[in-house]
Amino acid sequence: MISRRDFLQTTMAASAIYGSAGFGNWSRLAAQQAMTQDQLLEFDTFGNVSLIHVTDIHAQLKPIYFREPEINLGVGAAKGQVPHITGQDFRKLYGINDGSPSAYALTHDDFSALAQSYGRVGGMDRVATVINRIRADRPDALLLDGGDTWHGSYTCYQTEGQDMVNVMNALKPDAMTFHWEFTLGSARVDEIVEGLPFVALGQNIFDSEWDEPAELFKPYKMFETGGVKVAVIGQAFPYMPIANPRWMFPEYSFGIRDERMQEMVEEVRANGAELVVCLSHNGFDVDRKMASTVSGIDVILSGHTHDALPEPVLVGETIIIASGSNGKFVSRVDLDVRDGRMMGFRHKLFPIFSDVIDPDPQVTALIDEQRAPYKDKLEEVIGQTDTLLYRRGNFNGSWDDLICDALISEREADIAMSPGVRWGPSILPGQDITREDIWNVTSMTYGEAYRTEMTGEFIHVILEDVADNLFNPDPFYQQGGDMVRIGGMGYRIDVSKPQGSRISDMTLLKTGEAIDPAKTYVVAGWASVNEGTEGPQIWDVVEDHIRKQGTVSLNPNNSVQVVGA
Amino acid sequence: MKLTRRHALVMGAGAALANCITLPAFASLGDDAIAAFTGGAEVGDTGITLTAPAIAENGNTVPVSVDAPGAAEIMVLAMGNPTPAVGTFKFGELAGSQAASTRIRLAGTQDVVAIAKMADGTFVKASSNVKVTIGGCGG
Repeated sequence: MISRRDFLQTTMAASAIYGSAGFGNWSRLAAQQAMTQDQLLEFDTFGNVSLIHVTDIHAQLKPIYFREPEINLGVGAAKGQVPHITGQDFRKLYGINDGSPSAYALTHDDFSALAQSYGRVGGMDRVATVINRIRADRPDALLLDGGDTWHGSYTCYQTEGQDMVNVMNALKPDAMTFHWEFTLGSARVDEIVEGLPFVALGQNIFDSEWDEPAELFKPYKMFETGGVKVAVIGQAFPYMPIANPRWMFPEYSFGIRDERMQEMVEEVRANGAELVVCLSHNGFDVDRKMASTVSGIDVILSGHTHDALPEPVLVGETIIIASGSNGKFVSRVDLDVRDGRMMGFRHKLFPIFSDVIDPDPQVTALIDEQRAPYKDKLEEVIGQTDTLLYRRGNFNGSWDDLICDALISEREADIAMSPGVRWGPSILPGQDITREDIWNVTSMTYGEAYRTEMTGEFIHVILEDVADNLFNPDPFYQQGGDMVRIGGMGYRIDVSKPQGSRISDMTLLKTGEAIDPAKTYVVAGWASVNEGTEGPQIWDVVEDHIRKQGTVSLNPNNSVQVVGA
Repeated sequence: MKLTRRHALVMGAGAALANCITLPAFASLGDDAIAAFTGGAEVGDTGITLTAPAIAENGNTVPVSVDAPGAAEIMVLAMGNPTPAVGTFKFGELAGSQAASTRIRLAGTQDVVAIAKMADGTFVKASSNVKVTIGGCGG
């Protein structure tokens, strides 16, 4: 008799073949310059349930460029495993041709050149078209938003998330979970959530005072779709009060709470759930570990670490789906659920090529309506760039280098620090840099650019501390950001070492001298989690710097030496 | 540009620095407390559950709970604190359960230890490493 496990693996293989065939098609079509919407969105409806996953949109309503990471190192059990595979290795693994549309969508190489051929990606009006198309196949498909939706742009900041709420409501999600939303402040989050026309989920969102489940957020919701009882359990970002300012949402506590996740799985199964879906903002490695510590989850829709994977990852009998970020991808998962269990699946990660997928005119109008009051501010050209500006990667991206340069020159500092966040679109060489572009990589509710003094020893402590949040071999200790970006200082990092001995050879670049642990340096940075931080807003600092430059031109940054990978 | 508002230090310099320094001197204090509690008896590791976060949201108030069915006393220690003793919970014969929860302050990343003295005089122990971090860079 074929066991369920074998069956899953069989369908996994079939799905892999299906996926590869899909990718092959795009490549060939690209060569013919004839990629069409129908071909891109082709999907043979399967089983009786469809899930649509969007996550980590970071308020990107309009099409953008977004370069995927070149450096994404895995440690411990995740070493050499997806999503810690990039570039050519990634293309080889998934059978993607160099220079193909999927190479452009999923890997970093030749980004500027390929961007000229394949254009911008994303745009919530294009995402709407894809969702509508899936709903045409399967009217009761569940649309699930993994969070980091109400953060990341000029208009989102000015409207305190209302622009995103208005546009997302038009797409009619069925459920959502959260992370950066909480940086709007708990009063604003509560206000929005109370008015949402869909359920706000997070089994790990607790009342911090009483250490009890928070009333406003439900642990799960049961849906009936295709004659199947589907439970969707929410998992918000576990380390919100650590990675983001706790003082902005003091009433809430989070954590992984995997024991409670197990209890919730058992509760929904007892209530008749035939399919258990976890809508997660854990980050990929945390989800992979959770899939092995919690039993009975069929599908994890994984967010937070911004990974885009063209095939599900199978852990035991759980499939994990990773759907990218910034509106660049939509995942569709069709499932065959019979006799109370998942018997097979079919999956496709749709890259949202904005020139191929028609915008939904109603959603375009709605987006333009949100932007209209700020149009002049958004479109003002601040400068140009000769260099590709991007952020994603474990260490400095060129956007970060530019931000650090701005901090050092505008705030007269020796050393600059910029947070290792994973959001922020890219700008191609030759493009104008508008105010909107600057806000897309800096917008947040705690953007004050501080200037302070730190000893060499303390700088070392910070680097070690952040490195352990990224390279701790136990995923449950990882917070899902990248390494803090440093300007004005070089260092060496051995990612295989334990905390306290990863960072060495810290060097002040302007003099070439070794950093003295006892000496004091002037450090400028932004995005402090401490209450009462003072300084100009980072977007103003960066804007002033770019205006003075006129045209931005950056040298390659070789100041971080990485070993042990 | 003039350096202003020194007190508005960005990363909570003092506190964070203390967090990351290991405090080996205090570890022996914790070991001494364990030896005094157990009288040097052998300590098992089953029958006791200690629940503590992997990473503390706030090192100044870390929720911990411990459950040891059949225990007469449970001692909780923060091994890296200058004063490791957190408290000892004593359960009478009529106690409905042998469980306790509290919030503790942790000076930095360290092990939190709970040791239960069972009704029969044997001891069991559970330990959990709680990380106290600067944080601030989540994606």
